[in-house]
Amino acid sequence: MSVRTVSQLEKGEKAVIRSFTDRVMSLKLLEMGCVPGCVVRLDAVAPLGDPICINVGGCYSLSLRLNEASTIEIE
Amino acid sequence: MKQENIKIALVGNPNAGKSTLFNALTGLRQKTGNFPGVTVEKKSGTFRLPGSDGKQELDVTVVDLPGTYSVYPKSADEGVVMDILANPKHPDYPAAIIVVADASNLQRNLLLFTEISDLGIPTVLALNMLDIAASMKLTVNAVQLAMQLKVPVVKINARTGDGIPNLQQAVRQIIERTEKPELKYFYAPKGNEPALIEEVKELHQLDNDYVALQYVCQHDNFSFLAQPVRAKLDALIEKYGFDEMGFLADETIARYETIKPIIDKAVKSEGVTEQPLWTRKLDKILLHPILGYVTFAVILMVIFQAIFAWASYPMDWLDENTALLIAWTKEILPKGVLNDLLTDGVMAGIGGVIIFIPQIAILFGLVSVLEESGYMARVMVIMDKIMRRFGLNGRSVVPLISGVACAVPAIMTTRSISSRHERLLTILVTPIMSCSARLPIYSILIALIIPSTKVLGIFNMQGLVLFGLYFLGLIGALASAWLISLFIKRTEPGYFMLEMPTFKMPRWGHVGFMMYDSVKSFVLEAGKVILAISIILWVLSSYGPGDHMEVAEQKVVKAMPQAPEQEVAAAIASARLESSYAGNFGRFIEPAIRPLGYDWKIGIALLASFAAREVFVGTMATIYSISGDSEDVLTVKERLVQEKNDQGGPMYTPAVCYSLLIFYVFAMMCMSTIAVVYRETHGWKWPLIQLGYLMVLAYVSAFAVYQIMS
Repeated sequence: MSVRTVSQLEKGEKAVIRSFTDRVMSLKLLEMGCVPGCVVRLDAVAPLGDPICINVGGCYSLSLRLNEASTIEIE
Repeated sequence: MKQENIKIALVGNPNAGKSTLFNALTGLRQKTGNFPGVTVEKKSGTFRLPGSDGKQELDVTVVDLPGTYSVYPKSADEGVVMDILANPKHPDYPAAIIVVADASNLQRNLLLFTEISDLGIPTVLALNMLDIAASMKLTVNAVQLAMQLKVPVVKINARTGDGIPNLQQAVRQIIERTEKPELKYFYAPKGNEPALIEEVKELHQLDNDYVALQYVCQHDNFSFLAQPVRAKLDALIEKYGFDEMGFLADETIARYETIKPIIDKAVKSEGVTEQPLWTRKLDKILLHPILGYVTFAVILMVIFQAIFAWASYPMDWLDENTALLIAWTKEILPKGVLNDLLTDGVMAGIGGVIIFIPQIAILFGLVSVLEESGYMARVMVIMDKIMRRFGLNGRSVVPLISGVACAVPAIMTTRSISSRHERLLTILVTPIMSCSARLPIYSILIALIIPSTKVLGIFNMQGLVLFGLYFLGLIGALASAWLISLFIKRTEPGYFMLEMPTFKMPRWGHVGFMMYDSVKSFVLEAGKVILAISIILWVLSSYGPGDHMEVAEQKVVKAMPQAPEQEVAAAIASARLESSYAGNFGRFIEPAIRPLGYDWKIGIALLASFAAREVFVGTMATIYSISGDSEDVLTVKERLVQEKNDQGGPMYTPAVCYSLLIFYVFAMMCMSTIAVVYRETHGWKWPLIQLGYLMVLAYVSAFAVYQIMS
């Protein structure tokens, strides 16, 4: 089974960040608090399916595009 | 002894309340918003530390640096932070830094804090948003945090001002500290990094390891380093085989590993942390597939209603009173050239500017309420996918909406777009959005050709056409963005990643300041141009080459011996204008605008409004020699209805009017916009390209409309 990413989360589903697939994107995500081991939850999907809003570590809501979310691998 | 001019800097994540703290410290108001990147211009102010314990008062200058998530910049404005903090010779280099942190999201906020602290500048940590943290069932132990981080930690509430005196005392203590404590770095360099650091420190006479690392990582962003110096650093990177991207990721993760045990000790959480309930509930509606767009549409409609219906009352009042004032001034001053210049030139020009004040104030007030409340971030989310189709970004929505009032401040708001490509596209197309200066042109031409009948019982036909023109502007902007994006190569992938702030009550004082500030800059910026044009136009239409004007006047007098005095006067004015410098200009460009259906009189108005569209109606009024209130649409309209073309038919046929309308939808007739694009893109290339494509677009569309309709 291939590795799932944040972009494949169901609404309300929680997951733990494992790693990143894109170096440039990973830096931005790290600075925004998306650290490996951190729990994220899909909170909302924009009306046209993209971008999405994820809750990061229970702390705050981060909106990002699907292609950005697909660089975050989850456990 | 009283020391003067001690500099301190405010640093923090976007949305951490940095700008609010700045206001609380200085009392000096400035623009802040709820979405990342609003604080772009350098804002500074002063405050006085009160004297106590035998100490003198101390004046401090505080600089508000752009909000950023780390010392590594992601957009133009974030680059400012390290350009100052890595350069002790910079005039704004601070003696101390206040790092503002959002206590409800401490882990991410402390990342920036540890980076700033490692730079070796004395630092105080201000914990803000403790009320939000409390509502998330988080308690922060400031004493514990201070012990762990080895810096003063002060709890504040930037909105209410709680804790500000304590913060000022803490700042005073670290400024007056005589002994500099040994810096304990939060990040320990690995592998061959220490050797590289040593070499850079030696080369640049630096005493701080982390500053040396910043020289290595972002020397291309440092304006204070010359090209040969940068090349030397590049050579060092080569020599040590330093992998920048890998280093940055490793460093960030290492910092989070250092931060985690600190947070575990200092922050207590009761149960599962969660965003405030009202924010989650509101998001359910505002991001809903149907309700989300319905809400946005309703808000847009309220904005339009406010700008066009509600603003008309103060605008009419201003209009009447400037007309009265002009008439009164004309009356009391001795008759003559100076009187005419002052009243018909200067005062009429200023009147044309201040009439827009209500619209601009209302629009910026409303936009600032949307930003302050946190709603703007939601709009960006629901619009991002649509905007992306056209090569833009969800963040482009704010400039496009603001463009309905005025393109100048709208273009300034594009600074928050981090992708240069998407930012440039947004700048290039924002002027197509119908700004408030086009409104008088639209109004008068629509009144001329569209009957004020009801459609489907509720809609006014004129209103529908007006709406259609605004819609055309939007479509034109999006289509142009899409077209241009085919030609401009993308150098970097655009990204969105936006923090969604919790919903907050707008700070009303701040909204009021935004309205005042936008009106002030509009009156000053646009006012200067309009004033200059009005005077030049007045001179050009009052004087002509040689005695041409006198000759023309005598011809009219001879031709109309029995006509009533008023008619003769009007005919004389018209004849004089035709033989004036302005008339000659109009005649000169007539061949170029004939295909669009315009004559030389419209040509003068076009030329005059080249610098600022709002001049158009006033110029038409002057040209058609209407005495008295030059802004009165009815009288201008009546005169336009009677105007005949060369064949004796009515001049203002629907074809001519539509052609003019379409021309003004697209034409880039605004000096202030050109100036602001020049400033924002640092050169003449883009403003000239923009001017060129918009003029071609306007000409071609107007040509097509006229040829098809006539």
